[in-house]
Formats: sequence, C-alpha cells, structure tokens
Amino acid sequence: MRLLPPVSVEWNRLAPSRWSGTWLSPWDIAAALLVVGFVVLFALVSRNLVSPLASLPAEPSSLDPRLLPEYALRTSLRMLIAMGVSLLFTFTYATWAAKSPRMGPLLIALLDILQSVPILGFISITVVFFLSLTPGRMFGAELAAVFAIFTSQAWNMAFSFYQSLRTVPDELTEAGRVFGLSAWARFWRIETPFAMPSLIWNMMMSMSGGWFFVVAAEAISVGHTTIALPGIGSYIALAITERNMHAILWAIGAMLVVILIYDQLLFRPLVAWARRFRIDQQEGDDEPAPPWALLVLRRSKLMDRLALPFQTAMRWSYRQKPPALATPLPQGPSRRIASDVLWYGLLAVAAAAALWQGWLFFGHEISWHELQEVLLLAFFTFLRVAVLIALASAVWTPIGIYVGLRPRLTAIVQPIAQFLAAFPANLLFPVAVSLIVAFQLNPDIWLSPLMILGTQWYILFNVIAGASAIPRDFRDVAAGFQVRGLQWWRRIALPAVFPYYITGAITASGGSWNASIVAEIANWGDRTLEARGLGAYIADATTKGDYAHIALGIVVMAVVVTLVNRAFWRPLFRYAERKYRLA
Amino acid sequence: MRENTVLDVRHLRRAFPRPGGGELLVLDDVNLTLHKGEIVGLLGRSGSGKSTLLRLISGLAEPQGGEITYLGQKIDGPPAGIAMVFQGFALLPWLTVFENVQLGLEAQHIPAKEARARALAAIDLIGLDGYESAYPRELSGGMRQRVGFARAMVVNPNVLLMDEPFSALDVLTAENLRTDFLELWAEGQLPIQCVILVTHNIEEAVLMCDRVLLFSTNPGRVTGEIRIDLPHPRNRNDPRFGDLVDRIYVEMTAGRIARAEQQRAGLRAGIGMLLPRVSSNLISGLLETVAAEPFNGTADLPDIASDLQMEIDELFPVAETLELLRFARLEGGDIVLTEAGKRFAEAELDERKRMFRRRLLVHVPLAVLISRVLDERETHSAPKRRFLDELEDHMTPDAAEDTLRALIGWARFGELFAYDDETGMLSLENPS
Repeated sequence: MRLLPPVSVEWNRLAPSRWSGTWLSPWDIAAALLVVGFVVLFALVSRNLVSPLASLPAEPSSLDPRLLPEYALRTSLRMLIAMGVSLLFTFTYATWAAKSPRMGPLLIALLDILQSVPILGFISITVVFFLSLTPGRMFGAELAAVFAIFTSQAWNMAFSFYQSLRTVPDELTEAGRVFGLSAWARFWRIETPFAMPSLIWNMMMSMSGGWFFVVAAEAISVGHTTIALPGIGSYIALAITERNMHAILWAIGAMLVVILIYDQLLFRPLVAWARRFRIDQQEGDDEPAPPWALLVLRRSKLMDRLALPFQTAMRWSYRQKPPALATPLPQGPSRRIASDVLWYGLLAVAAAAALWQGWLFFGHEISWHELQEVLLLAFFTFLRVAVLIALASAVWTPIGIYVGLRPRLTAIVQPIAQFLAAFPANLLFPVAVSLIVAFQLNPDIWLSPLMILGTQWYILFNVIAGASAIPRDFRDVAAGFQVRGLQWWRRIALPAVFPYYITGAITASGGSWNASIVAEIANWGDRTLEARGLGAYIADATTKGDYAHIALGIVVMAVVVTLVNRAFWRPLFRYAERKYRLA
Repeated sequence: MRENTVLDVRHLRRAFPRPGGGELLVLDDVNLTLHKGEIVGLLGRSGSGKSTLLRLISGLAEPQGGEITYLGQKIDGPPAGIAMVFQGFALLPWLTVFENVQLGLEAQHIPAKEARARALAAIDLIGLDGYESAYPRELSGGMRQRVGFARAMVVNPNVLLMDEPFSALDVLTAENLRTDFLELWAEGQLPIQCVILVTHNIEEAVLMCDRVLLFSTNPGRVTGEIRIDLPHPRNRNDPRFGDLVDRIYVEMTAGRIARAEQQRAGLRAGIGMLLPRVSSNLISGLLETVAAEPFNGTADLPDIASDLQMEIDELFPVAETLELLRFARLEGGDIVLTEAGKRFAEAELDERKRMFRRRLLVHVPLAVLISRVLDERETHSAPKRRFLDELEDHMTPDAAEDTLRALIGWARFGELFAYDDETGMLSLENPS
C-alpha cells in the first residue's frame, strides 16, 4: 500500500491567518457568544418540547450476525449522506467566508469555536428538536444522527476549502479573468479544482472521525427520549446491555469490512484522481500505480457516461452571462461607513442578546458552586488528556522514528496505523470495561486510556511520516561526523520530526477531548463505571435529560478546548513551522 | 490622434493607501499610445510598476487616476480583445493542452464545433501539434509557454500583452521561442494587431520591439523612449544592435542618477531610502571582477552583464549598492571604481569588514539610526519592530521588511550589529 502524507484536521485552523498576531480577536468573542446563544437556544427548545417518542419502532431486538450486513449498509449510508451535506456546507460557507471581507472574519472565528464544541454535545441538545420535526417517525431520528455526523465532518472540510480559496495563485485567477470566465466558471474551473487535493484529504479525515460518532449517535438516550436506529451502533448498544461478547466481535468484524470497502472503493480512487489537481506536481514524481477501482472505472467508461449530462449542464452554465448581482456596485465612502456601522451594530446587538440569554438561562439554573464544580471536572479531564498525550508521545515518538527510518518497515506499519486511527475505538470499550471490572481497577485512572485509544495513532503515523522525510543528506552528515546516541536524537531526529509530531499531537488532543464524553463513563451489562471528569458530567446530564447542565458542560468544554488551542498548541505549531520545517 | 491607434493610456496613476495615512505611488503620470502593427517594450527594473501597468491595461485592476481607452472605449473590466501571456504560464494543471487552449473560447459563447476547430488551428500554428491530449505537467517549460501563447492567440485578440513571457525559461529555450514568435509575427500569421512586452532583459527588448519605453522605479514613470528601426530578423552581432543596447544602458543609469540626486536633496534624513537585498558576496565579487583584468577599474555594463550572465535586474542592484557606498560611480553605461573601491578589492577580509562598516555609518542613514539607538539603550538591544514601524512611515510594509533585511545582511558582514531571528532583536553583542 502507498504511503499517505501526514494529515491533520487541525492543521487548517492553526495555519497563519489575518489575526495570527492576536491571541483572542474581537471576532472570537463575538463568535463564542453566538455559539453560546445557539447552545442555550437549543437547550430551551428541547426542554419545552414534549417528548414525542413513546412509540418509536423498537431498537434491534436480535443479535443475529446475519443482520449485520444490512446494519452496516445503513450505517455507512448515514455517513455518505452526512458527507454530502458537509460538502454542500463547505462549498457555501467557506466560499462566503473567503469572498466576503465583512463576514469573513466572523465566519472563520465561528468555525474555530464550533470545532471546539464536543460533537456528542451537539447531538444531546438537538436530538429532541429533530425528533419533534416528524413526531413518531424514524425520519427525525435519522436526521439527528446525520446532523451529529455532519458536525464531526464539516468544520475541518470548510477550513481546508477556505484556506485553498485564499491561496489560489494570482496568475491563475488573472488568467481566468483575462480570458473572460465568469465568477461562477472561475469557481468551478479554477478555485474548486485547486482546492480538491486538500479537500479530499480532509474528507478522508472526516470520514475516519465520523465512524466514531455514527456508532455513538445510533443509540442514544436523552432523558426519556431514546434513539435506536438500525445500524452497527445500536447493535453494539444491545450487545453491551446483554453482555454478549460474541456479538461485539461480530460487530468489530463488520466495521473492519466496511472501513476497508470505503477505503478501496471510495478514497483510494478519489485520492489518485485528485493527484491531477496538484499544482506543484512535476512529471516523474513517484507516481504510484492507480488503484484497481479507479482503473476499472476508467476503463469501463462508466463514469464518463454517467458524468456526461452533468458536464454538459456545467458547460452550459459557464457560458451564461453572470447575473448583475455578481458585480458589486461601487459604493461611495459614506455609504460604506454607514453599512459598516449597521453591520457592526447588528453584530454587537446579536452578541449582547446571546450574552443576556445565556445569563438568564444559566443564572437561573446554575449556582456558582456548581460552576466551580464543573470547572474542577474540566480540570480533571484536562489533566487526563495532558498526561495521556505526554505518555503516548513518549511511547510513539521513538517507535515512529525507528519505523520511519526503515522504508520496508514503514510500508507495513504506516497503513496499519492509519487504519487504526479510522477505526471507531468505542467498539473496544466493552472489552476494556470488562477487564477493569474483572481486575477491580480504579476507574478514575483506568478508564482514561480509552480516551486516547483511537487518537494516539495520529501521533504515530505523523512521526513515521516525519522520520521517513528526513533527507538522506542529514543522515549522511550524522554518519559522517559520527553523531550518535543522545546527540543524534537531540540534534537530528527530534527536531526533524517535530513539526510532524505537533500536527499529530494536536489532532490527538482534540480527538481525546471529544472522546471523553464516551470514555469517562462506560457500561457493561448493568455495571456502570464512571470517572470524575467533564465528559462523564455531560454524559450523565444527557442521560437525565437535564438541559441546563448539558449546555453548561458543552460551553465549558468548548471554552477550555479553544483556550488550550490558542494558548498552547497554536504558538507551538507556529514555532515548529518557523524553526523546524524543512523546505 | 492617429487613425490606427488601438490603445491609449493617459496620465495613468496607481497608488496604494499607506497604513499611517497618505499613499504610496506605484505608477505616476504614465502615457502610452499603441498603434496597429507594432511591438512596444516596457523595460525597467522589478518594482517599476510595469507589470502593474499591464494589469491595468488588461482590466484586472483599476487606476486611481487617468484613463485607458481601447479602440475608443474606456476600459473597466477585462475587455474581449485583449489577451495575456503570463510569466509563470498560468496553465490550469487539471486541463489538457487542448482544454487549456479552449478555455477562452468557451467563455465567449463560441459554438462547440467552431471552438474545436479554432483551438486545433492555434495549437497547430504555435507548433504544439501532437500534444493536444497532454497535461501541462508532462511538458517542458518551453512547451508550456507555447500553450500559453496558443491560449492567447485562439481568441483573436487585437492586443497581446506579454508579462516577461521568457524569463522563466532557460536561455536556449527562450531564444527558440522568441525567434519562432518573431517569424510568425513578421509573416503576418498571428491574429494580433499589436503587442506590449514587459521585460527586464535589454537585449530581448532590442531584439523584439519597435519601440522601447524605459521605466524608473519608485514611483514607476516613463523616463525615456527609444525607437528601434532595425529590420527583422535582427542580428545580435550587428554593430547597430550593440549600439542600441549601450544606449539603453546609458539612459537607464542616467535616469537613475538623476533620481538619486533628487532623493539626496529631498530626503535629508534619508531613512526612507530603499535598500536592495544584495549579499556581501556579490558586492565583493563585482568589485573584484571590475578591478581585475581586463576591466582594470572601468567596465562597460552590457559587457559585464553578458560576462557574468546577469540580467539588469540582478546587476543593477549590486552596482547601485557599490555607488551608494561610494565604492564605484555609474557613468554613461559604465561602472567606474573609486579609490576606495580599488582598495577594497585588494584588501584582506578584516580590512574589508572595517571599510564596509565605516561606509555604512557614513552613507546609509538607517545604519546610523540603528547604531545610535543600540548605543543609547542600556541593554544595547532593540526589537526589529521598532525600526520597521519607522520605515513604514516611508514605504510599504514589504519594502520596509526588505530594506531592513538588506541592512541586517550588510551589518552582519561589517560586524556593525547582530540580529537574532528567533527573538526579533537587534543588538550590539556578539554571539557567545
């Protein structure tokens, strides 16, 4: 299998931007307030809706493995639909952000904050709302699940697309304009193709992340409301309730197969196809053999025939005169100032309203004492994430360097690491829980590793990629001057992989926060283990249907994650980029 | 105005607002008339705004003053009859040669059948037959630029704008492409009426153009016009060719000196002087070369440019730095070493550093300012930002960064002060 370059969903948001000098911009504060307003609004709506779900079609009642193919199909269809919605979001939201000088900074700050909101938190506060859209039917539950997956996929895709739109080479844009392409035609013929390679990488990353949440989203209870959609997730939920280890192994097997099929049929062909959009590519770059699925598609001409009507329609659309709206009317300075005042005024009012609404909501329900308690819990979870990332780094960095310097070993280990990162680790939780129960271990400590079970691989495969990218020259220099042992690690290996390691660690850290909601509380049959932490707090509040506390937990986690990113990861990432990036 | 005027540029002005108020002029009072059947060259150093002028003419940018008319129509937005060839080719890597060439036709409502025929004809004309289905990445630089030409020709433009079209190519390929283009042009096979060629290569301008406009830097102004009446095909060994090249060198250095005088008189403080990023190796190297045989202290700029294989864009900044530090004078297309210049060329490294340091402190106001500030401060150190802020009162942030970087490089060579990129601090201390 081919080596994949290091990727991180977090890279885009850390890359230098206009506000790179500022730690927290006014836009961040406005965006944070708007997100709080959104969370509170949904919490209020959800609480006031009568729970309509007494008669949802029953959850799967059988653990017959023969049901699994159908369940797997349903689960992966949900993923695919969510991916479609995410693409739609990406093309509109990111384009708007890139093209509108006025909305851009706010939209990007908003995206950054949204990316810090725990994904299972989204589903906790929106599920009742979605169910109420189609009372008594499955459709609402499907919507809720798709929405949850969407929130795990969309943000980083939009970030990547936004970054690409901002970095289209000037000459290409100019060529498009000189030769008379309309804005619409330039978007599809120049900007989107240019953005394609990095967008596809981000789609793959999103897909990996999505498996984790689709499994969690298919079987969830908020208060008296229970979702149980036919799918692998609910199958596992049932298996856990019935303590059926065989069923769990079957489910793990099914998941493996589904991920492999996605990889072979969808992503490998897509990545190979996207190579043509790479702008820096030279003839004679080590071009791997195209994957079999792409070859079959190309040779059969099936895609050509299917795509023909679409292409014809697009070609027709390029020829249309752009509507008059597309050319902005020149504004006098006074009008511009007036509309600026209006816009900033509106924004300030919206932020103030969100603040007021949040104050009313939380002030009513939450005491100072409780807030302190939640902050303490957040600190516990923070401690867990920090310790685990440090441990995982200490373990995987040397191993990654060792592997990365040996091409043949790399060829074996790298794809496995990437596969493990895509595998929804929550499938393994039952196994871990039964072990903890069997050995009577302390859940405060021993539940913690679950948080990093799936995310540690990002560190490993990024370090491997970094080590295999160390130039031959460096290694010759080291050999020639007899740089060995500690000096070799300190002066050559660690600095060379540092930027890659940071990329991996940032992704692992973000993922672990998200996983804490599932990992700090775990069930096996009627046994429930709970660790003290913010994740468990949100999970508990979700089970009780206590919206004030769900909302509080979500807001606190989003704030903590944003602050950790700004105060720690972003400076570190910039430093690594500046000092250690080769090229 | 003559009958056959295609394009008319009147009192064109282009400026950018400065962060601290006021504005920075990029182009000032530029006039240009383009007639049918001529190739006009815009010759100047980088930063003289000639590429900006091209973008204004093509409707990609808007001027702050003055007017451009194309066939009597004021230009706002890219007009249909003007096409461009780009320095970096600007081909879409995801389209084949054929699709790239067709790009402009599709946008023009040309029926598919006709578009196809025209694209094939243009590919044929420009010598790309057989490459229709290739992707740009499979082609060499020369072939890629041929695609760029074909893409521009296929829309039958009246005006062809060329933005340093050969500067990204190696010498042989560039010559080959120039000759092919001139041949087609002379035979009247090209569907174009006139050409504007932006270049910083003097020989290229003399080889291809009927008229050459010389541009000054900061702000860009037309300082002279030279008519080239040699018949095509032109021969580089023709003495008249050499004379024209010499003449352009003389005019370009003369224009530069007049401006330097002006600058000296106008800006007594002199902090606003732009410093070119020239390495101390180049400074030493040029001094040594001019001091040695066969030049013995006086060299003809065209000669030395072709000897060293440098284009004016590379040579002029070095020569100007020598003049700034009074190591040499530029006179009528010649570079003449001063006494100091000759001594420098013969000196050992330590003596060179000493001379260099002294000259920085006498002739470069920014160096004086920085050493004074560093001396006065108790810590003998100051952040780079402090000086950038001061520079940005006089120039764009980019130019300020470049100027300070240039001086840091010289100061390091002259051991005047040190700079730590990690902390962004300038200091008098030597690294421990």
